[in-house]
This record gives sequence, C-alpha cells and structure tokens, in this order.
Amino acid sequence: MPAVSKGDGMRGLAVFISDIRNCKSKEAEIKRINKELANIRSKFKGDKALDGYSKKKYVCKLLFIFLLGHDIDFGHMEAVNLLSSNKYTEKQIGYLFISVLVNSNSELIRLINNAIKNDLSSRNPTFMCLALHCIANVGSREMAEAFAGEIPRILVAGDTMDSVKQSAALCLLRLYKASPDLVLMGEWTSRVVHLLNDQHMGVVTAAISLITCLSSKNPDEFKTCVSLAVSRLSRIVSSASTDLQDYTYYFVPAPWLSCKLLRLLQCYPPPEDGAVKGRLVECLETILNKAQEPPKSKKVQHSNAKNAILFEAISLIIHYDSEPNLLVRACNQLGQFLQHRETNLRYLALESMCTLASSEFSHEAVKTHIETVINALKTERDVSVRQRAADLLYAMCDRSNAKQIVAEMLSYLETADYSIREEMVLKVAILAEKYAVDYSWYVDTILNLIRIAGDYVSEEVWYRVIQIVINRDDVQGYAAKTVFEALQAPACHENMVKVGGYILGEFGNLIAGDPRSSPLVQFNLLHSKFHLCSVPTRALLLSAYIKFINLFPETKATIQEVLRSDSQIRNSDVELQQRAVEYLKLSSIASTDVLATVLEEMPPFPERESSILAKLKKKKGPGAVSVELEDGKERGELNGGGDRGGDAAIAASNASTPSPSADLLGLRSTAPVSGTTPSAGSLLVDVFSEAGPSATSAGVNDDGFLSSAPPTVASEDPAPPLPESDELLNKFVCKNNGVLFENQLLQIGIKSEYRQNLGRMYLFYGNKTSVQFVSFNTTVSCPGELQSQLNVQTKTVEPLVEGGAQVQQVINIECLTDFIDAPLLNIKFRYGGALQNISLKLPVTINKFFQPTEMAAADFFQRWKQLSQPQQEAQKIFKASHGMDTEVLKAKLLGLGTALLENVDPNPENYVCAGVIQTKAQQVGCLLRLEPNAQAQMYRLTLRSSKDTVSQRVCDLLAEQF
Amino acid sequence: MIKFLLMVNKQGQTRLSKYYEQVDIEKRPSLETDVVKRCLSRKKEECSFVEYKDFRLVYRQYAALFIVVGISDTENELSIYELVHNFVEVLDKYFSRVKSKLFFLSSQSELDIMFNLDKVHIIIDEIIQNGHIVETNKNRILAPLLALDKMAEAH
Repeated sequence: MPAVSKGDGMRGLAVFISDIRNCKSKEAEIKRINKELANIRSKFKGDKALDGYSKKKYVCKLLFIFLLGHDIDFGHMEAVNLLSSNKYTEKQIGYLFISVLVNSNSELIRLINNAIKNDLSSRNPTFMCLALHCIANVGSREMAEAFAGEIPRILVAGDTMDSVKQSAALCLLRLYKASPDLVLMGEWTSRVVHLLNDQHMGVVTAAISLITCLSSKNPDEFKTCVSLAVSRLSRIVSSASTDLQDYTYYFVPAPWLSCKLLRLLQCYPPPEDGAVKGRLVECLETILNKAQEPPKSKKVQHSNAKNAILFEAISLIIHYDSEPNLLVRACNQLGQFLQHRETNLRYLALESMCTLASSEFSHEAVKTHIETVINALKTERDVSVRQRAADLLYAMCDRSNAKQIVAEMLSYLETADYSIREEMVLKVAILAEKYAVDYSWYVDTILNLIRIAGDYVSEEVWYRVIQIVINRDDVQGYAAKTVFEALQAPACHENMVKVGGYILGEFGNLIAGDPRSSPLVQFNLLHSKFHLCSVPTRALLLSAYIKFINLFPETKATIQEVLRSDSQIRNSDVELQQRAVEYLKLSSIASTDVLATVLEEMPPFPERESSILAKLKKKKGPGAVSVELEDGKERGELNGGGDRGGDAAIAASNASTPSPSADLLGLRSTAPVSGTTPSAGSLLVDVFSEAGPSATSAGVNDDGFLSSAPPTVASEDPAPPLPESDELLNKFVCKNNGVLFENQLLQIGIKSEYRQNLGRMYLFYGNKTSVQFVSFNTTVSCPGELQSQLNVQTKTVEPLVEGGAQVQQVINIECLTDFIDAPLLNIKFRYGGALQNISLKLPVTINKFFQPTEMAAADFFQRWKQLSQPQQEAQKIFKASHGMDTEVLKAKLLGLGTALLENVDPNPENYVCAGVIQTKAQQVGCLLRLEPNAQAQMYRLTLRSSKDTVSQRVCDLLAEQF
Repeated sequence: MIKFLLMVNKQGQTRLSKYYEQVDIEKRPSLETDVVKRCLSRKKEECSFVEYKDFRLVYRQYAALFIVVGISDTENELSIYELVHNFVEVLDKYFSRVKSKLFFLSSQSELDIMFNLDKVHIIIDEIIQNGHIVETNKNRILAPLLALDKMAEAH
C-alpha cells in the first residue's frame, strides 16, 4: 500500500483495485465490476444520505471502472454534488470526474456552471484553479457564454495569483478556440501581450500558447508581441545555466519556453525594426554556436533539451528564408546530425533538411549531403527514418543529381517496405519525368519501375509514360524497342503488357524493319501474354491488334483469325465480345483509307499537370506543400510551361476509375473524339477517347521553348525568340537565301555563303511602312555553350530606317567546333513611339559547314562499317510531311551541303550522301542514308559520323525537311 | 498542441489517459489500442516519433510503462520528449520520497499510479492544461499536491 495515501485512505477503493488486479480472466474482471456497479448504484439510490467521503469514494471507483474501458451511465449527479463540497479532495474528485466523463453537451452543464461561478469568486486560488481547469476541459458553448467575459479579467488583473493566471490563460485559449465569437477583443489584449514580460516564467509559458494562437488569427492586433518575444528570448539565451533556477532543465535554461518563443516568432515575417532583428539574429547565432560547444552534461536530457531549441531555431531560420548565412549554418548543423548515433536526431534532421532543400539559399548546401542520405536510405533500421531519407532525396533532387537519385530509389524499391512502396513509385515516376533530359532514360526508368514494383505502379504512372511517348516523337522508336525487349521476359507484370500493347499498337512499325521484331513476331509476343491477363488488359490488347492490322497489312489474316475464334467473338465478357466482333467487322469491310483514318496514330496529349503529381499530392495531403511549390517552379522546364491544369482537371484525374480504357488524363468530359468516323467512333471511344482535343491545339506547348511571350514585348530586354523561329530556322537548313521573317512592319531577307569553317551572312531589313523606324538596333548573341562554339561578328546598323527603305547588315561567322543551338538575332526599334522587340533564330546550322565528298561504293561501305559504334549512329523514322518527289528530295540533299552519291546503294530508291563538316577544331566525316517508303509514306534516315553529337544534330535537322 | 497523453503497461492496458481534444468516449479504447500497438511493436533503436494519421506520437518507455503523447505538427517533438521525462521526474520526486529507490525503475510504479490516479492527474494538470505546457518547474508542479497532503495529514 503506498504510504502517500495515508490519512486519505479510501480503503474500499484500494481493496477494489486489488481485487480487479487479481482477476485471472476478463470474465472474472467483468463479474467483479458488475458487482461493484450494482453496489454503488444501490448506495446512490439508497435512502440514507451519503456523506462526502463515501460519495468521493464511489465516484472514484466509477472513474477507475471507466478507465478500465467500461461504460459509466450514472453517478454524474453525485459528482456534481461533490463540486460544492468545501473539502478540496472531494471537490477535486468531482471536477476530475466531470472533466473526464462529461462531454460538452451534457444537460448537467448548468448545474456545473453554478458551482464554477462560486469557485471563481471564492478568491481561493486552489478552488479557482480547479474551476478554470474544468472550464478548459469541458469548454462547451454554454460555458463560454457564461465565462468568456470573466476570464480575461482574471487573467490581467494585478492581484491575481500566478498559478491562477496560468490556468486562466489556457482556459481562455480553449474558449477562444471553441467559440472565437464569444471572446471579444478589448482593452485586455494589449495587457495579455505584456505577459511575455512577466517576472514569472510559468506565467509566460502559459500565456505564450494563448498569444501564439491569438496572433496567428489576428496578426496585426498582436504584432507588438514580436519585439517582446525577441527580448525575452534574448534574455533566456544569454543567461547562465543557473540563472533561471528551477526553470533550468539539465543545464539548459527554460527549454520549453524558448521553443515556444521561437514558435511564436514563426507567426510573423522577419522583424522590420533593425535593432530587434539584430538582436534576434544574434540569438539565433548563439543557439547555433551553443550546438558546437562541449556539452555541460553527458546526460541525454541535456542534449535533447538543447537540440529541441536548436531545431526550433532552424525552423524559424527556414521560415524567414532570408538569411543565407544562417541557412547554410543550419544546413551544416543538420548535416552533422545526419551521422549522429541518436536515431531521433537523424530522423528530425532528415525532416528538417527536407524543408531546407526548397530554399534557394540552402538547396546547394543540402545537396552536399547526398551520399549520407543515400546511405541512410540503405542502412537505417527504422522504416520511418528511411521514409524521411526518401523524402529528402526527393526534395533535394534537381537536374544535376536526378540520375543518381532515381537509380538509388529504384534499387531501394527492390527491398523497400510494402507500406511505402506506392509512394516511392510515384516519386520515382515524377522525378524521372521532371528531370528527363533524354527521354529514353525516362522510358527505361518507368519500365524498370514496372519490373521491380509492378503491383505498386498505379494507373497514373503507366498512363503518363504513354502520354509522354506519344507526345515526343524522338523517343517513340526507342520505347517500342524497349517494351518489345521487356516483353520477352517469361513472366512480366500485367502493367508491362498494358504499356507494351499500347506502345507497339502505336509505334510497332518503328521497329518492324528488324526481322527479329517483325510485325508477326510482335503480334505473337503480345498474344502470348493475352490469356494470362485480366479483362481490361485483354480489351486493350484487342485494340492494339486492330491497330496492327492498320500498321501491318500482312498481319491482317492472323489477327482476324484470332478475333474470329470463339474465345473472342463469343467471350462471356460483353466488352471483349463487342470489341472482337466490331474490330473483326471493321477490318473486313473498311477500305485501307478508312482504316488508316480510323486507326490513325494518337495525336499528342495536351500538356497539363502530371496526373501522377496530383496523385502524390492527394496521398500526402497538405504536408507535401513545399515539394509542390518547388514542382511549380520546375515544371516550366519540362513541359514548356504547360498550364497547371484547371482544378477541375486535377480533380478529374484524381477520380481515376478502374477501367483501363479510362481516359489517361481524366479528359473524358472534355474530349470529343476527333478524326474518327461516327460509326467507328462509338466503338473506339473508350480506347481512343484519350485522344482528346485535336493535335493542333495540343502540340503547341510541347516544344519546351515557345510557350509564353507575345512577339512584341514592351521591354528593353531582348524578347524571347518567336514561337515560329524554329520553323523559320528549318526553312533554311537546305537553302541559303530567302525571306527569314516578315510582319506588317518589317521584312528580313537573308543571303549567305559558306566556305570551309567560315560563313558570311547578309541580312536585309526592309521597312514596309511609310514611317521611319527610330532607335533601330540589332544584336546577335550566342546563348550558353554556343559562345565557345561559334564566333559571330556583326557591324552595327544605322539607327534610322526611313519608310520604305532597306538597310543591310553583314555577319561574319566562324565555326570553332560543332554546335546545336542557333545564334539569336534580336531586333529592337521604335515605330510611332511603340517599342518593337523581336527575337529570331539566325539560320546558322551545323550542315552549313559541310564540304561535299565524292566516293565510290566500296569506299562508302568501308567507311560506313568503320562508323559502326552505336553512338556514332543516329536514326529517325518519320512520316512524310511533303510529297516524295525524287527531284525535290535530291535538291534538298544537295542543299544540305553533302555530295549525293549515285549507284552506291543497291536499292535505287534509297539515297546516300557523304560530306565532311569543317570546324576550326576538327573535321567530322559524315555519311547519310535516306530510305523512303512510298507506300507507307515514311522515311528512315540514318546518319553516321565520327562524332555522336554531329550525327544526332544533322539527323534532327534533316528529318524536319521531308 | 498536445492531443492526448497515455500511460500504458507492456501488456497494452491503459493505466491513465488524458485527452485534450474531444474524442468520443466510445472511440477511445480503439484509438488507444491502435496507438499502443504502434509503439509497443517498435524496437529500442527505432526513433521515438511515429507518424500516426494526421498527427504524431512521441513515446518513451520506463521499465514496464510506456508514456505516449499525441501531438499536432505545431509542437516540437524533442521538447515533448523531454517534457515526458520532466513529468516522470516529478512523479519520481513525489513517489520516491518515502522509498529508497527510484520510482520508475521499480515494477511498483504501475501499481503506484493505479493507487494514486487522482494524484497523477493533479500532477499532469499542473504540467499540461488544455493541450499546452503550463508549468515546467518541478517544485511548482508539486506544490499543490504537497499542500494537499499536508491538509490530509492534519486531518
């Protein structure tokens, strides 16, 4: 029996508790409790009036029974009676019972309120505190109505005892939170703020919670608290460890109060008053310094208390996000914690660094810890710490480290805990997309994702890879090849079959030239998976098959056979059956033209917020905000500033349906089927409804570069290049003279000649109006890398261009080494007072420096073989966008600058060319082969050269010409 | 703010619970079981902060007793972690006055709490009110209880 309960024994209670503890089974316990409940009930109902002590004892027993998890439905009245007792212990048990067991809407509240009113006016501090505790604990509206006016008075009255003030502060906070309308601001508010200066630390600790809440709701009214909080903090931080006596905890002065002060400051921006700010920065520096000092005690409590303050200070530094010096110091400090032996510290440091990573000042500093964080991901024993490490990697990811981080996350996925796999998959998918420089890497990453964690790859993820492949023609061939290879695995995930079916259905033709992946091989591969798949996947495969019939007429018979089989055409699933019947019919009656129209390649998807990102946001809730904001900044890079998508679109893509034919982007409502005949439309609508708006509206933003600025911007800075400038550039790949640009005011003509690695270009600026252009000024600049690749010199032109007149400008160009971008030409002038600002790309392309080389067939093939390394070759397969007239083709190839070699290719339809690109640094030999397929209206273009960048660039340039 | 404080034994039985945010009485047992399960299943080297629904748990183990605190994200985890210890030291100071050994290292502690629920509640109410820290000074936390004991003895 604990000695402390001597004199206030309640022996009956002690016996009862011992009995319960001795119960061997749950049944026995319940039996004992029921017996006791019956006993108490009879006592309460009995005729004999119970004395205070007995009432207290029975109420106490009820409380105990309640805490064991049993319902209590009587005894409330007896507890209320105890409130009016004059004995502290009886009153206290009464209040305790009411706080724990009476919820705010009880009918007893009025009785309770009366008792509280008496206690509040009793001027007995212990009674007052009990009453205040009770108000705070119950906090109902009736209580707020009864006491909201009274409590502020008690709180700021000069003669109120400290302990009562503390209780009053927190009681008021509760009422304010529950019924803010009843707590009226008044003369007391300014006096509350001054409680921060109270001599008594306990009062400050209690008051600061109230003030923090009030200031976050009414920042202006309480902003004087900033300077008071700073000075209080400064006094604590600079005090010796013994100054604050009982408020010092293991040699740390007032750790909890310090944390709260720092938290209060996070309700406000950095102080405007220089002196206050200086004092605060000094405090923060002191806190950071203290972390480096040797500890005053070896006890973990000491370091925990110290670090609690440190983390809160770092939160404040991050909140201000304006002191680069402090941010970097904070980052270094957290870096130290990453290696600390205390798991708690590592966890908090990872978490804190996550927010630090989104600050521009500290992003780089955070990145230096990448190896440690990756190590944490691999070795931490606690899943919640690993989760934090993954979050941090996600937050610190940028273009420079994306490949490493994505690779690490992928390898972690193989062993990751099931609970976090789905989120990891989303993150990998987002990073891969956001930072993809070459999209083949992106495709590889997503396919790996499906391979490693196929079950956790949600629809959004595989929809997204398809959207991207469809929108980017440079990756389509690669994607087709990769999925084809992935499908070779004996067991592959159903999601892989879905992606494979879709991509081969669209782009299988790009790899059909290789006999190892001929149309029939592709089809057989897909069909070998068919029977193991669920209905939605089979439906998708059927659509892929009908697309095959269009792409490869030679597969028609085989596929029709499959469609005709009983297992398709009589399938018990209505959807499959309908598809089989309709596709079969479509393929047998429609002419090739109709088929080609109906089954046309998917038009690009409109760019919009990635549905994956939307999903991650939904999953993470508001916690992910910092990452989202960053995403907002970064998005422009990837999608050419594609719009963020209306909320409706996000909502729609969130509401993903289980059907595989559900629209990729939640576009369904806005997507009229385009380009399909009505009869086919109804049947294809589910597979192809993803098509959405027509290609023209969708493609605009896809270029990564031409999003925003209107052609003329009233700014002194050079305008961004015109949207059409890439197109204009392409016009001049195979010719040297012509009109570069024209609008209502100005025409720019161009004439150029090239020899070896040198070129000269004449630009003719024609004023089409009858009014003079003033301040006419043109500049040519080489952005980025180009500076070191091209040497461009211009002479300035006269600043005045008369109406109808033409001025000429000469530009000398020297090619130092091979290059990709084009120089920018900016023209600025004033016309009728308005500033015109136009930027164009100057049509200087690498092929201009070609020197044609004639050679015999044997030579050609020998060199072709020498250049057989994969990176030396660039290949493109593309649709003809102009007629395939032989003479026009020849003229274009000659215009490219190479020699057109006759009688070299065994197939007379094909063209081969050779040339040497002359740069100052080196000469790059270049061989070219163009294979037209008139029937399919397709070309295959292959470039080989001794330099990979040259092959790629020439291939890209030339592919736009046909 | 602090949402709740639980004291649980190793068998997962709640010995004391204190809620600062309204949770329906019927829902408390299931919430407690869930919360306790999460903390009991964790190993020593795992960190003491657990994400749970939309808030966090901070827990600390003393011999056979677990103390679990549920907090919102505006609260500083380490400071709560030490607040728990401060609370335990107060209990120690109070209950070990008449005993030679430290209260919380004895298996007696659970019993002491059960026999003195009212006192433990008084102590908690002196430290936390309404979900916020109100006092951290051990002497001041204990003052009302000691005054009470004196009254009882004089009785």
